[in-house]
Amino acid sequence: MLETPWRSFKTATWLGWQIESNWTQPLLFALYSIVKPLAVAGILVVLYGLVTGGNFSSPMFAYMYLGNAFYTYVGAVMTGMAYAAAEDRERYQTLRSIYVAPVDIRFYLAGRGVARFVTASVTVAITIAVGIIFFHLPIRFWAVRWPLFLITLATGVVMLAMMGLMLSGFALLLPETSWSVGEGVAGALYLFSGAIFPIDVLPRVLRPIGFAMPITYWLELLRRSLMGSAPGIETFPRLSDLDLLGILVSLTLLLSAAALFIFHSCDNMARERGLIDRTSGH
Amino acid sequence: MSPHLHKDVGWRLFIRTVLGRAYPRVFGYAREPVKLLIDVALPLIALFAYVFVYRAIHAPEVFIGYVILGGAMSAYWINVLWGMSSQFFWERQIGNLALYVMAPSSLMAILLGMAIGGIVIATMRAAVIVLLGAWFFHIKFMVRSIPMVGLVFLLTVTALYAMGMMFASLFLLFGREARHFVELSQEPAYLLTGTYFPIKSLNFWVASAASLIPLTLGLDAMRQLVFASGGASGMTMGFLSPKIECASLLVLSVVFLVGAHQSLKHMERLAVAEGKLTETHA
Repeated sequence: MLETPWRSFKTATWLGWQIESNWTQPLLFALYSIVKPLAVAGILVVLYGLVTGGNFSSPMFAYMYLGNAFYTYVGAVMTGMAYAAAEDRERYQTLRSIYVAPVDIRFYLAGRGVARFVTASVTVAITIAVGIIFFHLPIRFWAVRWPLFLITLATGVVMLAMMGLMLSGFALLLPETSWSVGEGVAGALYLFSGAIFPIDVLPRVLRPIGFAMPITYWLELLRRSLMGSAPGIETFPRLSDLDLLGILVSLTLLLSAAALFIFHSCDNMARERGLIDRTSGH
Repeated sequence: MSPHLHKDVGWRLFIRTVLGRAYPRVFGYAREPVKLLIDVALPLIALFAYVFVYRAIHAPEVFIGYVILGGAMSAYWINVLWGMSSQFFWERQIGNLALYVMAPSSLMAILLGMAIGGIVIATMRAAVIVLLGAWFFHIKFMVRSIPMVGLVFLLTVTALYAMGMMFASLFLLFGREARHFVELSQEPAYLLTGTYFPIKSLNFWVASAASLIPLTLGLDAMRQLVFASGGASGMTMGFLSPKIECASLLVLSVVFLVGAHQSLKHMERLAVAEGKLTETHA
């Protein structure tokens, strides 16, 4: 019963990796992979340094830097899946073939997302390493709570894959905008998730959006697992790690149910409207 | 008796080509309101994240104006990258480039049409960013000289699009790496051009090198003219004087326009001689 999903997932992961990496030499690929996230980190470093006079030892800087580093996964997995749907339909024009093959499209898209997760992991590791070496981020390898970190990371991958599935569904329905829907949504979530500033800074009416999003809890737990508690800038100072993990898992389950339903509906509508093999020329 | 066909030649054909190529860019959006929403509203939300970072670290209010202005001008940069520089590459992929070269009109006119259409769309996006940004964050503009701001804006846009026209030909030399190169040119360019912070805060030589991208000097000059004396904080954040920056932008415009003409001629000759107009890189 699980043979088709597993085969779809495995093949898509391998295919995704090939598409992502084999267009150039490994060294150039590595360079391309790290320059963009390092540039985003660089922007934050410069603007933070400019205003605070270079006070990089503040917990606020670590909060911002780490949140931004881990947000790379959002762009990679969630956006990657929506982009894969657009790319396969418009650019490679293989989506129709995938639909008629004995492939589970949901696992296929998840596989494409996971391929990006692998490259993103290297990027995140390098970004954090740069932070530790040059800006003395308070991360001690031996003090990291690895079980919490790994459980949080794994839950986050499922959560992002589900968000990616949802966006892939929308991408199927919106041929003209399928290229930008993932990146646009990832950009918007950057504001509400407390990735680079505590949610308290947002206007009161916007905070509930952040509190309803699993990404917010995910980023908070990742920060805590790596650096421990940072009084004054924690988004949820009254919640324990276990509380946060419970909320993250619950929201992820809720999101998964919603994502599967939404993708199923969008997929059906796209088939009915003949959008699976439609190209927009964009 | 054969029907009389009116044929435009010379400058009339040039103008009609410009208008013909600009038309789908402008009216395509009118037919796709969802695309407009995704392309304008979602990046705007992402931009606001930088505003809240400044709020979180208690930066002077003028920095928020800097972010909004930077975000508005970055609309042109994104358009130059995706809608100009890489456009011939995509046109080749979908088979239009050969038609352009075969048509009895100038490629320069087609590029100009793309640029004008792109400027209209980018201006709409930039206007939304400035208006909503100013409204949400109560930004106080203290304009030193409206004609000077207009001149700087005009020169910046001219230089940017001339640069895009030049790169349009060079992008045809790319294979699959084109998309990766465009993606790579976004965030690193935001860092180098000081999109979210004053360029003066970078090292002098880095800022000088970054001045080859017209956005750098254009933004710096506009900030000095629109937020006179660094706004209420009284900070002076200009890299060079606006007059010098204007002169530099003029030089860049001429250099890039001549470069665009030359590279277009070279590309056309090469493409015809080597038969690469229909060669695609899936």
